[in-house]
Amino acid sequence: MTVDVTQFFQAFFEESFEGLAAMESALLNLDIGAADSEAINRIFRAAHSIKGGAATFGFTAVAEFTHLVETLMDQIRSGQRAVTQPDVEILLHSVDCMHAMLDAVRDGSAVNQEQIAAVSQELQASLAGGAIASVATPAAQQSSMSAPKAIPNEKAATNGLWKINFVPLSHLLKTGNDPVRMFRELSGLGALRVAVNDKNLPPFLDMVPDNVYLEWELVLEANVDEKAISEVFEWVDGDCELTIQSPQPTPEISAPPAQKAAVQAPKAATPTTPQAPKTGAPASTHPKSGMKEADKKPVGASSAETSSIRVSIDKIDALVNMVGELVITQSMLGQLGKDFDMSRIDKLLDGLTQLERNTRELQENVMRIRMLPISFVFSRFPRMVRDLSQKLDKKIDLKMSGDQTELDKTVMEKIGDPLVHLVRNSIDHGVETHDKRVAAGKPETGVIQLDAYHQGGNIVISIADDGAGIDTERVLAKARKAGLVKEDETPTHERIVDLIFEPGLSTAEVVSDVSGRGVGMDVVRRNIQELGGTIDVRSVRGEGSSFTIRLPLTLAILDGQLVRVGDQTFIVPLVSIVESLQVKKELVNRVAGKAEVFKLRDDYIPIIRLYDMFGVHPENTLLEEGLLVVVEGDGVRAGLFVDDLLGQQQVVIKSLETNYRRVDGISGATILGDGHVALILDVSGLVKLSKNQGPTPQNDSDLALPRSAAA
Amino acid sequence: MSNVATATDAQSTDLNAAEMSQYLTFIMATEEYGVDILRVQEIKGWDMVTPIPNTPDYIKGVINLRGTIVPIVDLRRRFGLPNIEYGPTTVVIVLKVYAEDGKERTMGIVVDAVSDVYNVTAKDMKDTPDFGADANIDFVRGLATVGEKMVIILEVDKMLTVGAMAALDRTKLN
Repeated sequence: MTVDVTQFFQAFFEESFEGLAAMESALLNLDIGAADSEAINRIFRAAHSIKGGAATFGFTAVAEFTHLVETLMDQIRSGQRAVTQPDVEILLHSVDCMHAMLDAVRDGSAVNQEQIAAVSQELQASLAGGAIASVATPAAQQSSMSAPKAIPNEKAATNGLWKINFVPLSHLLKTGNDPVRMFRELSGLGALRVAVNDKNLPPFLDMVPDNVYLEWELVLEANVDEKAISEVFEWVDGDCELTIQSPQPTPEISAPPAQKAAVQAPKAATPTTPQAPKTGAPASTHPKSGMKEADKKPVGASSAETSSIRVSIDKIDALVNMVGELVITQSMLGQLGKDFDMSRIDKLLDGLTQLERNTRELQENVMRIRMLPISFVFSRFPRMVRDLSQKLDKKIDLKMSGDQTELDKTVMEKIGDPLVHLVRNSIDHGVETHDKRVAAGKPETGVIQLDAYHQGGNIVISIADDGAGIDTERVLAKARKAGLVKEDETPTHERIVDLIFEPGLSTAEVVSDVSGRGVGMDVVRRNIQELGGTIDVRSVRGEGSSFTIRLPLTLAILDGQLVRVGDQTFIVPLVSIVESLQVKKELVNRVAGKAEVFKLRDDYIPIIRLYDMFGVHPENTLLEEGLLVVVEGDGVRAGLFVDDLLGQQQVVIKSLETNYRRVDGISGATILGDGHVALILDVSGLVKLSKNQGPTPQNDSDLALPRSAAA
Repeated sequence: MSNVATATDAQSTDLNAAEMSQYLTFIMATEEYGVDILRVQEIKGWDMVTPIPNTPDYIKGVINLRGTIVPIVDLRRRFGLPNIEYGPTTVVIVLKVYAEDGKERTMGIVVDAVSDVYNVTAKDMKDTPDFGADANIDFVRGLATVGEKMVIILEVDKMLTVGAMAALDRTKLN
């Protein structure tokens, strides 16, 4: 009977969290009054499977709590009650609770018990309100049933006479369970009296030998808790009707709400690890955000350690197909090699082309496995905006676009928290209360716009609001006070706005639990920089602010155009190339005798001479003899002057930083077919570099410093 | 790209004394320098490197060492010695170094030629005399006497980090 169930925990948690996410999004989209039955079913199913899993693995509190949710959903599903706003509210809170409880079980941390008690009280009150007696009975039964091992520390043991009514379904024996054995186990707990009820016993000739026709009434005199008893029946759960009556009868679920709550509280509290003291979860007056603060942290920590990825079966099938093709190509080439002569060179070349294609496709598909749509991160925002705007009494509309934009899982995991912070900031500091908005002549409802899109091998995420914008005067005043800006200094608007990323600056007048503690924006920027990304902020007083985050899409591969400058090969990311052309002399002008610009149709674009920038000896210095690769980085176009275009290929990005350090204008390196290293150009970095300083002097170590991105 | 020698089999001496360490030595401008042999990953012949723009001139560039990008430091330039043409004995010694942040990095140093492997006991090791500002001795751990010869023992961790990394740190402060 000992199966190590812990091996399934990880899968259970993942499935449960997915289920919770599905529940949440379905709840948020639920139309009050005219709810879509499919959505309701989805919520119900999610709750049901979480409950089932939790009970199986012995997470009693989760199972019990989820059971309440399931019961409520069941009533809605069967049409016994209508979907009301308060119900949705309660259900949303329940989702949070389940999340917190699952987190707690997984991490062995403490959970905000008051909150769970409060929510389960609400749930029960709601159930009692529109409840039907028939629903309540199985509820009571279920919660006593679903209490298996794993979690110690159930309620205090009670001494006395336990009455157990055990009615097996007829197929019980076929499941491999034997009542005799269970009774023997029970008698191990204390004195057991067994009474059999044979009223259903059919005439001998009608009897099927492996069916059970008997029922039992057991009386157990033992100093044990209910859990110990239900554990005996754990394996017949679902194959029998079981009622366990305790000596001091536990209140049924259908009891009046006040009483239930009192009982439910300790119950819900128990399964958190016994040794974990109740950590000071912030005041329960704001249960929602208080819990988020307390419980979100450990989640991030542990998800970084053990992580797995769910991949759609399509992607896997595609991979399997491709490997199949690869094997075919390989055997074809193998056969060709056995008796090769020059007459078959065409076949060989064909085979090699095919091999190349197979390899490329395989590579692309393997990379795609790691890519997930950013909706994984975005999906939490509708809920957040809704809750916070309600709490702060603001009207906010959240618009999202590009939530199917894919990015690497690792990047995604790390961008979640910074994004949450930014959205919170927008809600709290950005969008004004509606009287203020009306007074300012703006529409009553504020808009927060979340966008994600690909641009030049990067993913760009922008968070914009149409709120008050950053109060530059106050930021400046604060910065002066904090000594970040000298008294006599008058920084530019951009510089002031940038100051919000400095540690210790918060402009919220009142520190709320939403934001405003002045920790955060610096952390946000640091997190993003750790991912190799950048964050820019733009803000106009009274019109709103927008944050633009730029992150590398993946940390592994890119499509590159190989270019030659002198004897060096560089790689320009293909995505950033607009076009390549030969320069006509008459289209080049020198601004102020120095900076060269090229007239590209209706635009003037600056020319960056790569050899100058990188100190390479070029083949051509005359513009009309080489080629101009027009690139776009950060929305700015520029022409890179190179000697020649070599070819396109996918390159594996290798970090220079592993063994060396970041180099300006270079985003990484790769290894070419001949084993040599080629550097990958960082186009936006180059554009910036050329704007700010022009060519860098070479043979001077002190001048050739890299400028940090933050400077 | 051939491995000239693996360092450990060059000499077999009993290492009974606890304070005894082995050093791989190499020649540069007639002087003999030593590095802790446990830090030596491999020795390879000089091959073309890919230069990195906007870096100090003693960073020759980077090479592909079985899939990782490894920076190569020209030790002559690092020490301010006159440049010479690279010849057939010119080798790259690939070393493991620990940066100030505790991260392990791999780097290569270009030297004139490899020499030998010596056992050096603690009592043979002498502190570096103070040269004042004349010589850049940050990365000298000490001077060892081997027979009649003097070997300059280098502190490998400081060769890449001092200067190159300090420059980076300075910009971070800005």
